[in-house]
Amino acid sequence: MEIAVSVNGITKSFGENMVLDNIRLQIKKGEIFGLLGPSGAGKTTLIKLLTGQLKAEQGNSSINGTDSQKLTGKDYSGYGIMMDNFGVYERLSCFENLKVFARIYRIKNDRIHEVLEAVGLGKAKKTPASELSKGMKSRLRLARVFMTNPDILFLDEPTSGLDPATADEIQKMLLAEKAKGKTIFLTTHTMTEAEKLCDTIALLHKGKIVECGNPKEICRRYNHQKQIRIHLIDGTETAIHHDENAAEIVSELLRSGKAETIHTTEPDLETVFMELTGKELSQ
Amino acid sequence: MRNSYAVFMKQLRETVKNKTILIQFLMFPVMVIIMENAIKIENMPEHFFVKLFAVMFVGMAPLTCMSAIISEEKEKNTLRTLLMSNVKPFAYLAGVGLYVWLMCMAGAVVFAVCGGYRGFDFCMFMLIMAIGILLSQLTGAVIGVCCKNQMSATSVTVPVMMIFSFLPMLSMFNPTIEKIAKITYSHQLSILINGLGNTAIEPQSILVIAANFVLFAVLFAVAFQRKGLS
Repeated sequence: MEIAVSVNGITKSFGENMVLDNIRLQIKKGEIFGLLGPSGAGKTTLIKLLTGQLKAEQGNSSINGTDSQKLTGKDYSGYGIMMDNFGVYERLSCFENLKVFARIYRIKNDRIHEVLEAVGLGKAKKTPASELSKGMKSRLRLARVFMTNPDILFLDEPTSGLDPATADEIQKMLLAEKAKGKTIFLTTHTMTEAEKLCDTIALLHKGKIVECGNPKEICRRYNHQKQIRIHLIDGTETAIHHDENAAEIVSELLRSGKAETIHTTEPDLETVFMELTGKELSQ
Repeated sequence: MRNSYAVFMKQLRETVKNKTILIQFLMFPVMVIIMENAIKIENMPEHFFVKLFAVMFVGMAPLTCMSAIISEEKEKNTLRTLLMSNVKPFAYLAGVGLYVWLMCMAGAVVFAVCGGYRGFDFCMFMLIMAIGILLSQLTGAVIGVCCKNQMSATSVTVPVMMIFSFLPMLSMFNPTIEKIAKITYSHQLSILINGLGNTAIEPQSILVIAANFVLFAVLFAVAFQRKGLS
């Protein structure tokens, strides 16, 4: 598998405060990589370092083999970068906002209409950005990112502060981009989003990667209880230890019609993060 | 070039919608039309309001517009988005600069027409205005680059703008102020405009304007080197 983004021992501090400490990551082409961590963990700093907006004190990173510090304008046109705080031109309409960047990238108006439709802003083309809701502004920012049809997308908390329905729609858009073969690097502090979207995640805490891998595998790895929980029809719950007899007990309960639902006791990412750091992801 | 054009077109699109900027471009040209036609006082110098307001316009509009546009883009993080889209800082400044310069020059045409300048005098008037607008733009750009947001930019812009706009007028009433005003480009522009068609251009005026230009260019270079646009 080809590597799209490589981070080799990156260290960054602001004054006395070490924000990132010897970060090492490899992001494969075509995958969605999620960087999870609470606010202030260093997620945005890592995106800024990767996209050449900041310089690392130690280590280096590369995108498609090009050093992040040596990215040229041509390189940038191949990447879609959406930082949490990137603004939109409030006085201009959605179409006019994208037209500014279309002129820069020599993109035709048809593509602007196409991308506005894709993010669900087709009917708001002529609406000034100042009249858009927070969710719609996020879509507009995403439209700007999608417009250039980039190979790699860097998205800093793309669904932060959005209502669940809008967040869900944006997640669907990201999955659609992944289906087109795009590599997506996103930061989030929402574990459900990471579990839903990401092929690989890294848990960031106090500037260090405390765990990295497939979200399901990570959860399985931290499944210390190894139990199967069965809700019975009579309203009671029973827990069975996951051993060689478990299958027989479960099948008996199913055969007899006593079992209503069966659950495993794998922890979710929030629990794993809590176990590793003693803190909640959303903190 | 393409990126500067994109920035220029963006500004042009925003013109009608950005009241803060629009009023700067329109206020003095509209005022001069009204005043020149409405007020006729005996013994008042010919085209008094044109000469007075032209200098105020030069000291106010380009300076305010440059600092307001740059600081707003910094505050709202749209500038960062542009810079991350392969727009070089100088391409951005060129786009904004050309837009402000052309809009102010359109205003200058109104002054020239109201002032009844024809032929060589018209060209000289436009040249004087063009240089003044450029100098004020440079000053506004220094403020825009140094300030993080619109509020801090406004708090610096207002006193600076008042110095360059009002000193030439105030110098008519007080010799001490006149002495101070003499080192400012706006006062020298006022002298040049008032002398158009009557007196030869004083080398002192050219020297002061050139010195002001060098000073603001150095200030801009230092500000840009230290702060950049991000």
